[in-house]
Amino acid sequence: MSNAATAPAIAAPVDLVNVQVNGTWMKFPKGMRMIEALRQVQVEVPHYCYHPKLSSPGNCRMCLVETGMPARPALGQAEVEKDEHGFAKIMWSPRAIIACANTVSEGLGIRTESTLTKEVRKGVMEFLLINHPLDCPICDQAGECRLQEFSVEHGRGESRFQEEKVKKPKNNRIGPRITLDDERCIMCSRCVRFMDEIADEPVLGFTERGSHTVLTVHPGRQLTSNYSLNTADICPVGALTSTDFRFSMRVWFLKETNTICTGCARGCNMEIGSRNDIIHRQGPRDNNNVNSSWMCDSGRLDFHWVNSERRMTEPTVKENGTHRAAPWKEALEAAATGLRGLQPSQIAIIASGRMTNEELFLARRLAAVLNIGAENTDILPRTGQADNYLVHADRNPNTKGAMLLLTPTPGQQLAGIRERVQSGQVRAVIALRENLLNAGFTADDLGKLAHLVQTHVMLNDTAGFANVALPSAAYAEKRGSMVNATGRLQRLNAATAPPGQARDDWEILRDLTLAISGQNGLYSIEDVFKAMAAEVPEFSGLTLNAISDQGIPFLETKETVPLLVREAERKAKGIIVG
Amino acid sequence: MTIPTELLSKIDDVITHYPVSKRSAVLPLLHLLQHHFGYITDEGITWVAAKLELEPMQVMEVVTFYPGFRQAAPGKFHIRVCRTLSCAMAGSFELMDNLCQLTGIDRSHTDHHHSIAVSPDGKFSIEFAECLASCGTAPVCMFNDDFFEGVSADKAKALVADYGSK
Repeated sequence: MSNAATAPAIAAPVDLVNVQVNGTWMKFPKGMRMIEALRQVQVEVPHYCYHPKLSSPGNCRMCLVETGMPARPALGQAEVEKDEHGFAKIMWSPRAIIACANTVSEGLGIRTESTLTKEVRKGVMEFLLINHPLDCPICDQAGECRLQEFSVEHGRGESRFQEEKVKKPKNNRIGPRITLDDERCIMCSRCVRFMDEIADEPVLGFTERGSHTVLTVHPGRQLTSNYSLNTADICPVGALTSTDFRFSMRVWFLKETNTICTGCARGCNMEIGSRNDIIHRQGPRDNNNVNSSWMCDSGRLDFHWVNSERRMTEPTVKENGTHRAAPWKEALEAAATGLRGLQPSQIAIIASGRMTNEELFLARRLAAVLNIGAENTDILPRTGQADNYLVHADRNPNTKGAMLLLTPTPGQQLAGIRERVQSGQVRAVIALRENLLNAGFTADDLGKLAHLVQTHVMLNDTAGFANVALPSAAYAEKRGSMVNATGRLQRLNAATAPPGQARDDWEILRDLTLAISGQNGLYSIEDVFKAMAAEVPEFSGLTLNAISDQGIPFLETKETVPLLVREAERKAKGIIVG
Repeated sequence: MTIPTELLSKIDDVITHYPVSKRSAVLPLLHLLQHHFGYITDEGITWVAAKLELEPMQVMEVVTFYPGFRQAAPGKFHIRVCRTLSCAMAGSFELMDNLCQLTGIDRSHTDHHHSIAVSPDGKFSIEFAECLASCGTAPVCMFNDDFFEGVSADKAKALVADYGSK
């Protein structure tokens, strides 16, 4: 008791139990699921229905393992037989049990390599494959299919099934974004549980019975949830597939890049699948502090514009009312020349909450070089409906970063800037990543400007007014950092290269600053971060590498994620592993 | 679909038997509907779902799982012929053919998903059932809720004549 004062308890003590795994005694926390305990010691247990974020119905039977309990003394027997480590002899059960829904206990023995375990796995695989079509060559899941993988590892070489396979509906659009092939379904019910437990729209279910069981939606309903594509992610086979990704690329050709979604301030951790600089799909990446294992459909499907024809691909300069393509050096010089003769109060910067911290930092340097006041610096706020799951009302991915680096009150200066543009006080605007016509400015306002410099990824109407339009890189084409709504500092990584001559925004900003002031010293995005860390106290001691793929807590915002709060509740109740 | 007041009060009463989860009342509600209407329609499924604040899918799962729930109208007298082992060995398939002939029912269009066949006059319908729990007196069958054992060809003829006149 005496050390209670010196060592404050930060966590309740965890009881450990001794468990024998494949002949070796190990210690695990009491109450841990067997499957998780085995995962912890790198013993893989094949499974389909079990998912740590969902309840465990134990219906696929794939995780069956041979187990045994410690012997207990018989009547009249004083002590049980012990092994050489002093543990009670294990009485092996003749029947295997499922590892996903059973927990470890003192003296338990587990064998994952035994004849019994191998035989039951083989048996379960044989039943699962009875009605499964052999269409792997045309199945989108091939290459990342658990059935395919476990069939190789635990299945038998050839089928003994002589009877007719049960025919079920194929190519069934059960929602706007999901296509279902019922013959491939192995009835693991992950999707049914996801829609019930996480998305709160239990529209999926099983009809019929036994080998005739069919996954379906009610005839009057559709799988319309904005989280529907998560069901395709967790489907261990090719039954539920993304209609958008279907047949577009074999998965083993995809290069996977860990980055974050920039659709809203949530900053869901995301993986981009790309090949030859074309994005083919995006999906969630596990992060229990941001998005758990999930992601909204709108966020993950919002990438087609990156591959589109409407991208700006070369810098243009306006001469005598018409635009012409110009080399970067010339375009940047033209941008700088237009600004040179002006007073600081005649220039405004409208940046974007879609820019990374590094870009915002360089925008801040540009503003400092030009001596632009706070009243002429702003970003365009974007708001929408929050959905009580992951989607945040703030649709800018980096408002928190912009508040820290550029403008503490986003959106407060826009109206004033516009008034000063109308009155002729502001003669030049540098628009970074924003279409001014969407920011409250009219064509008339823009016509009054003597000089408009615009960087953007897409061709838009503002570009028509710009004296210099510079093509920049999309979220998937850059490395950098952003701060999400809960104040977590997260990192973007480049999956593809920008099209044509488009450049990373930080390079454009550096070169523009260089053209105006002659300052330099930044040669990589890491340099920019270093300069930012030296100047902005919040970033001091950090590097882009230190952020890692899971991000780090950065600012205190006291915000919580509704979906994570509910998941924590289910975890506390023991419904899910978490 | 109109639910008579009497049935509605029975339904409301049954729901109170499941204070922890209304979802548990799905089975008894479906039984009440089937007992009253003879079968369960799509409209019935949505009605039960709305009543219990569930998705229609969650009710449909139950309806399609149990062969005891019918999704198509049976005849006035619904015949169930046992086809589990003892009865099958004692001639339940012959009994089925026999009953079909006597009632004029054509079973050729039945399959796994549509197991009930109805006579042209709508008086009888027939389907195979699994064990009716009287193996010692096989073959057995039921006419609605009435149970008959050792159903020979003569007994079948008498039963059809008897029910046909009701």
